[in-house]
Amino acid sequence: MRRSPPVLKLNTLRPSSTPFLGLENIGKRFGGTIALEGIDWSVQAGEVHCLVGENGSGKSTLIKIIAGVLAPEKGGRIIVEGLVHDHLDPPLAKKLGIQVIYQDLSLFPNLSVLENIAIDHELGAPTGLIDKKAMLVSAETVLASLDAHLPLGVRVGQLSVAQRQIVAICRGLASNARLLFMDEPTSSLTRHEVELLLAVVRRLKKLGVAVVFVSHRLEEVVELAERITVLRDGRKVATLPVSEVNDQRLAELMTGSRFENSVPAHHLKDRPPALAARRATRSGEFIDVTFTLHAGEVLGLTGLLGAGRTELALALFGMSMLERGELLFDGAPLRLRSNRDAIAAGIAYVPEDRLRLGLNLRQSIADNVSIGVLDRLLDRTGLVPPGRRSGLAREWVSRLGIIAANVAAAVQTLSGGNQQRVVLAKWLATKPKVLILDSPTVGVDIRNKHGIYEVIRKLAKDGVAILLISDEIPEVFFNCDRVLHMREGHLAGEFIPGEPSEEALTEAVFA
Amino acid sequence: MTDEAPLTIMCSRRALHASLDRLVAALRASGSNLVGLLLLLGGLTVFFAMLLPGTFLRVATLQAMMFQLPELGLLSLAMAIPLISGGLNLAIIATANQAALLMAWILTTQMPHEASGGLLALWIATALAAGFLLCFAIGILSGVMVAVMGVHPILVTLGTQTLVGGISIWLTHGRTLSGFPEPLLRVSNETFFGIPISFIVLAAVAVVVQVLLTRTPLGIRIHMIGSNLEATRFAGVDTRRVQIWVYVLSSLLCWLAAIIMMARFNSAGANIAQSYLLITILAAILGGIDPYGGFGRIDGLVLSLAILQMISSGFNLLGFSEHLTLALWGVTLLAVMSVKRLAATIQVSRFRSSRDQRKHHA
Amino acid sequence: MRRCTNPIAFLFRRTETALAAVIIVVSAVFSLASPYFLTLSNATDLIEANSVTTILAAGVFVVLVSGGIDISFAAVASVTQYVAALMATRYDWPVLPTVGLACALGVTLGIINALLTYYLRVVSIIVTIATSSIYYATLIYVTGGTEIYNLPDWWTNRIIFFQTKTASGDVARITLPMLIMVAVVLMTHLLMTRTRAGRQIYAFGGNPEAASRIGIKILPLQMHVYGYLGFLAGLAGFVQAHRVHQAVPTAMFGTELNVVAVAILGGASLVGGVGSMGGVILGVLLLAILQNGLNLLGVSYFFGVVVGLTILISISVTGYAEQRISLRRRPETS
Repeated sequence: MRRSPPVLKLNTLRPSSTPFLGLENIGKRFGGTIALEGIDWSVQAGEVHCLVGENGSGKSTLIKIIAGVLAPEKGGRIIVEGLVHDHLDPPLAKKLGIQVIYQDLSLFPNLSVLENIAIDHELGAPTGLIDKKAMLVSAETVLASLDAHLPLGVRVGQLSVAQRQIVAICRGLASNARLLFMDEPTSSLTRHEVELLLAVVRRLKKLGVAVVFVSHRLEEVVELAERITVLRDGRKVATLPVSEVNDQRLAELMTGSRFENSVPAHHLKDRPPALAARRATRSGEFIDVTFTLHAGEVLGLTGLLGAGRTELALALFGMSMLERGELLFDGAPLRLRSNRDAIAAGIAYVPEDRLRLGLNLRQSIADNVSIGVLDRLLDRTGLVPPGRRSGLAREWVSRLGIIAANVAAAVQTLSGGNQQRVVLAKWLATKPKVLILDSPTVGVDIRNKHGIYEVIRKLAKDGVAILLISDEIPEVFFNCDRVLHMREGHLAGEFIPGEPSEEALTEAVFA
Repeated sequence: MTDEAPLTIMCSRRALHASLDRLVAALRASGSNLVGLLLLLGGLTVFFAMLLPGTFLRVATLQAMMFQLPELGLLSLAMAIPLISGGLNLAIIATANQAALLMAWILTTQMPHEASGGLLALWIATALAAGFLLCFAIGILSGVMVAVMGVHPILVTLGTQTLVGGISIWLTHGRTLSGFPEPLLRVSNETFFGIPISFIVLAAVAVVVQVLLTRTPLGIRIHMIGSNLEATRFAGVDTRRVQIWVYVLSSLLCWLAAIIMMARFNSAGANIAQSYLLITILAAILGGIDPYGGFGRIDGLVLSLAILQMISSGFNLLGFSEHLTLALWGVTLLAVMSVKRLAATIQVSRFRSSRDQRKHHA
Repeated sequence: MRRCTNPIAFLFRRTETALAAVIIVVSAVFSLASPYFLTLSNATDLIEANSVTTILAAGVFVVLVSGGIDISFAAVASVTQYVAALMATRYDWPVLPTVGLACALGVTLGIINALLTYYLRVVSIIVTIATSSIYYATLIYVTGGTEIYNLPDWWTNRIIFFQTKTASGDVARITLPMLIMVAVVLMTHLLMTRTRAGRQIYAFGGNPEAASRIGIKILPLQMHVYGYLGFLAGLAGFVQAHRVHQAVPTAMFGTELNVVAVAILGGASLVGGVGSMGGVILGVLLLAILQNGLNLLGVSYFFGVVVGLTILISISVTGYAEQRISLRRRPETS
């Protein structure tokens, strides 16, 4: 039996009194735990709405309920275009027009753009030939409605992240999405690509499609969203128009407490140089970078995506080779053939992708912390007694305030903030002289963020040279002695926090 | 959409089916696995004793088991190390056979028949050294292909197996070589206080491998590579060197197995012991080695080998043919995996409810 | 920021063209070495001799695209062949029910593989090592390894659909195994490129998590995939008995590696989601030519070595290229 191809419905804007999606008294319990309680929420057709909340706030549970993956407790109502449901299931949610674009985009890299967009035509009964014509019509219609241009025959694996995002959005539209959830949509995009995404979102709005996205980047939230909803501990704390929100207010709403940010009072150019780069160049990544990082200094490195910050950090860590220029350590030239040379010299690098590159999730805390220093734990017979590894782990657990019952517990059982501390412990155990931190507080809730900042400050006081790479301006502004700004591979400027204001710095970076 | 521990892109095939299992493997105390195996061993002893009154519970039976176990034990160790590193070595049988053939060739065609005393010892030593070097070379080849070329271990060892097996067939045209000097045969046939020398060799090797895997930096790194290669490399471990070592060690264990096989069967050929492949995998999984890598203990492996050998001897005494036995091994492997799956499902639901308790407090 | 170049398409194109190039070179070498090589009769013999391998390779190809691997097909083919032969000889079953039984039994055994892989949550290679041993060993145990040699005529009579003789006395034939092989190849190709099920298999192989998120159900898909291989194994066993005029339980033992090797040579990957029937055909052709050439040169025992080397070289090249591409792509953000 042939499925008829889904028809793309283009709506006009509805009057704002009838929301597309309404939630009344939505709650969710897991055993004895309350994940959500008393959520009343609404999203208008064609609205761009941002959902924020810390880990554990319940935002992913909420999205799962709306997408039909979970059912809410009795008494909760989900109202889609006026029709009341007490729960949804994934096929029904999809039919009603609710689609979720996960952070990994859930695309098929080995299939073409056309097939990815029109995948719905290929689903359904296992028998039956594919209808290429219908697929083409559907894909071209959708692309045209977004004023986007993509080569239909190319495999998705060959596209850039921004292009893949468009494919994911198109797929949603081709399946008649009326409400699109997007998880951290801007996290891998360059400035230019964010502009393009903005344009696409505006067109979605014109088509009457509502977009709810989860993000923590205030600058982009402000640009894209009309309203923000904050969740905390399973409850909705506020829904505000975006104009009423700033960084501090957001942090307060998300955590329920005030955090005072103060600018560190000094800079330390008279300290000895620890790590320096002279005209470091890797074509296509960074060009002619010259800077000096001093012992005891916290040097910030910021810039937009595409600036080359992580690429530079990887070269400093020995994971890639410089094509021109040189590195200096303690004033003497440093040749790195691999990251092992860098570690031996005393350079440590905490990667941005904590889960994939920073941790061995299934292994214990003790295993993770000791992995870099096994050769230093040998006893007289040349073996590593198990007690030494757990002893080392316990030492760091207390020094960094990691909350864990037992160092033999697997790291994946810890929360995000504690996991990041384990990564830090691993690197600090190597007793580095230079610590490079790449976006160390991504995915860490605000409370733990400040805990990590304190650790950084203490390390600097102990004489460790720290390079803090981040794209959150407040993070570098309030934690660094100096801030370097990279743009498109070049060092574009150096700032001393306090001298320009935070707004001025933001403007300079985002200009 | 993320909860407490956000999951990034996991494009590996395993991730889809195994995310729950990873959780459980991390939680499962290895002690409980050992206890389970000990209970199983005890239960089987009782079972066979009842089934074969008078014939099973004899010293001779135990001795027979100790004679038969060593080559399987060494091959299982050869399979276990790559498994823990997250790979697989399908070429262990072919490697052992090829080594045996090389050593046999030297001892039967090159060595003069009248050689005795010191000269004999020299010839035997030469043959053994040749076998060692061959296994070393095979190990390096496999290791380099996995580590440096980045090829999947299944493919590499399939290719190596074909190549090595092909060389064996080419050189022997399918014939077997036999008639080895007596001192070599003594390795399997002689006993020391009633315990066969080959068994003592197995026990010693097992202890060495256990210490290697749990107490040396190399062994710890093997475990870590098995659970996350990229993160381990980032942490400064020379993953290429470790992976090469994995396959070299595996192949060298095949060399030891080859010596034992030659001593026990007094012959070497291209097609000996093919069915062992399944049994070594079975022994590894039953013994608690995670087929996805990263976890596994040799003490569990030893216990599971004891169990399997007991079953094998029991089948033997019951008069089962080797084919029926092989079919039953397949069924046993599936049964073991089913039991583990059931246990895992129960543990996961227990973990989930305790995690939700903690989420409330986080 | 670096843009991704075209790694996958480039590589993919390269596999098939590289294979074709190698085939041409090897054929040239052999034709110089032996006058008998480049003859029609040799060619048709070669194709027919590899018909069983090709049929099996088509099924293995489908399983590989879905991201799994199955090495029990030889055992399945042996079992179904024997059962069918038993029915045909002892109970005088005619052709259609016999073939039907062989294929149905093959599908069943394949589906068992799918069920075990799914419910036990263990890698398919281990599951199929287990089932392969079970099927094989049970067969040998029950039959004692004896062959059935009094197959009915409809099974063993050589069916020639077309035959020509050139002026020089060279004969070319198109026989039943060849036709079945061509039919299987075409059917598999169409199934994988033109039907919904086929595209879902590619999707699942490319990103299994995304596939289940958009609603592709894993278990039915795997049952189709492994069942298809089982079906082809039943067919292959039937053709095998047709060619050698006997049902020999041990005939296909040890052929698993060759079949998997040709599928991998042809571009399918253990990771899943890639591969084409065209590549598989080229893989079969390469190994067939190598074996044929070595036979003609009188060094047939060398075949294993050659196959092993070919596999190792080809996977090294592929693996190394893939690794270099993924390394270049690594710094993805900022």
